[in-house]
Amino acid sequence: MKKQLTYLESVHRDGKIWGLVLCALILLFPLVASLIFGAYPEWSPLLQGLIATLPMYWAVGIIEIFTYVPMLGAGGTYLSFVTGNISNLKLPCAVDAMERAEVKASSEEGEIISTIAIAVSSIVTTVIVVLGVVLIVPLTPILEAPALQPAFDMILPALFGGLAVVFVSKNLKLSIAPIILMLILFIFVPALNESTVGIMVPVGVIFTVAVARIMYKKGLL
Amino acid sequence: MKFSVNHPILFIMVGALIAIVLAQSVYFLVKALKRAKALGMDQKKIKKTITSAAIFTIAPAVAILVGVVALSKSLGVAIPWLRLSIIGSLSYEIVASKNAMNALGISSGTTVADASAFVTILWVMTLSIAAGLILVPLVTKRIQGGMNKIGMKDKKWGETFNNAMFLGMISAFLGYVFCNVDRLWKADANGLVEIVEKTEDAGVVTEVVSYVSSTSGLIPILVMVISAVVMAICGVLSMKVNKCKWLTDYALPISLVAGMTAAIPLTNWLG
Repeated sequence: MKKQLTYLESVHRDGKIWGLVLCALILLFPLVASLIFGAYPEWSPLLQGLIATLPMYWAVGIIEIFTYVPMLGAGGTYLSFVTGNISNLKLPCAVDAMERAEVKASSEEGEIISTIAIAVSSIVTTVIVVLGVVLIVPLTPILEAPALQPAFDMILPALFGGLAVVFVSKNLKLSIAPIILMLILFIFVPALNESTVGIMVPVGVIFTVAVARIMYKKGLL
Repeated sequence: MKFSVNHPILFIMVGALIAIVLAQSVYFLVKALKRAKALGMDQKKIKKTITSAAIFTIAPAVAILVGVVALSKSLGVAIPWLRLSIIGSLSYEIVASKNAMNALGISSGTTVADASAFVTILWVMTLSIAAGLILVPLVTKRIQGGMNKIGMKDKKWGETFNNAMFLGMISAFLGYVFCNVDRLWKADANGLVEIVEKTEDAGVVTEVVSYVSSTSGLIPILVMVISAVVMAICGVLSMKVNKCKWLTDYALPISLVAGMTAAIPLTNWLG
């Protein structure tokens, strides 16, 4: 007796299998490199390096799962957490695609559109990076040109300016409070900058959902 | 085997792993396309989603390539290629490799010559970002199940909840754009702001003092404004002018590239 799975259930089943296999392969990579070169890690620097890096990125990573799953959908999540570059590429790509297709992230159509957008984005990224690696010698002087650096440094402001127009104009009343809060925090708290913006995303999300709930209950939306 | 950061075997291993990662994307793409067809979704909409996602990805992907070049100085080409094709981001990979190299006492920019040091760096870069990789296959279903309940009970609230999430994320990035605006009132008489940065190189901590102009904090704000204005223009044109309907699908990549391009003269002027 085989139970008929819904589309979403089958995405979860396949996502789990692919996710666990890829997780194992990615984690085994350093071990295989060790065996091939007959070299073992230097334990004390390894521990030092991990202590300096791991706790913060694990904390952010765990919060990110809870924040991004509802926005990316199931298929989008399984792909994004393997292929990375979520906030600067996959999430804006999916959000923009769902907005244009006029589908909700929580609907099956939203799930499909988000998965398609993220899969295409992952494939295109992989192909461009492969081309870049093959052509790295002629490309290096262009990619490292000081004149072009500001363009690459400003990718986040350039991305979120466009995205904000769409969402803020459609939810004007709801956007006032979170924008004011974030402006005050980022301007007056020196510790908040490019490397800590990842921590502020869930803060912004929880705050905005809370404000939305209050406004919704009072019939203000 | 004698080690080198650009050893062919590393390229083979990385190539094989990236091929499997690529296969996962292709698998889910085909699965979603099939389901879209079965549901009778508008195929034009699906095609547009594919082309605009592809176009949109180009500029950020080139920025990722810049990261491969930056990291290749010390780690060779194969490892940055792998790391930037899978979980993590440019800023993470740079921090992780730098932390590991500091612990090993290797100066950034020097090529790693020793296999043990190389493997150590690899472990730090792999494990420190593995939270999502390990947990997502285990918890996603449960998280999504919980979220769907919110939408089921009250449809209108479910919709508001969705919008609120996206707005919350966007507001955090909008706030970040303003994070250096305080330079305007922190500047000295010459219009310069002193920035003291503790940098660690090869395990030695030094304080580096640099000066930036008071107006440099305005650059990201103006870039954002330009991108927003271009987006708004695209939106209005595509609604009002029949010939410009196609603009809706490319408005985000157009505004992204416009903002990035504007950053170059703006940095020369205000930086």
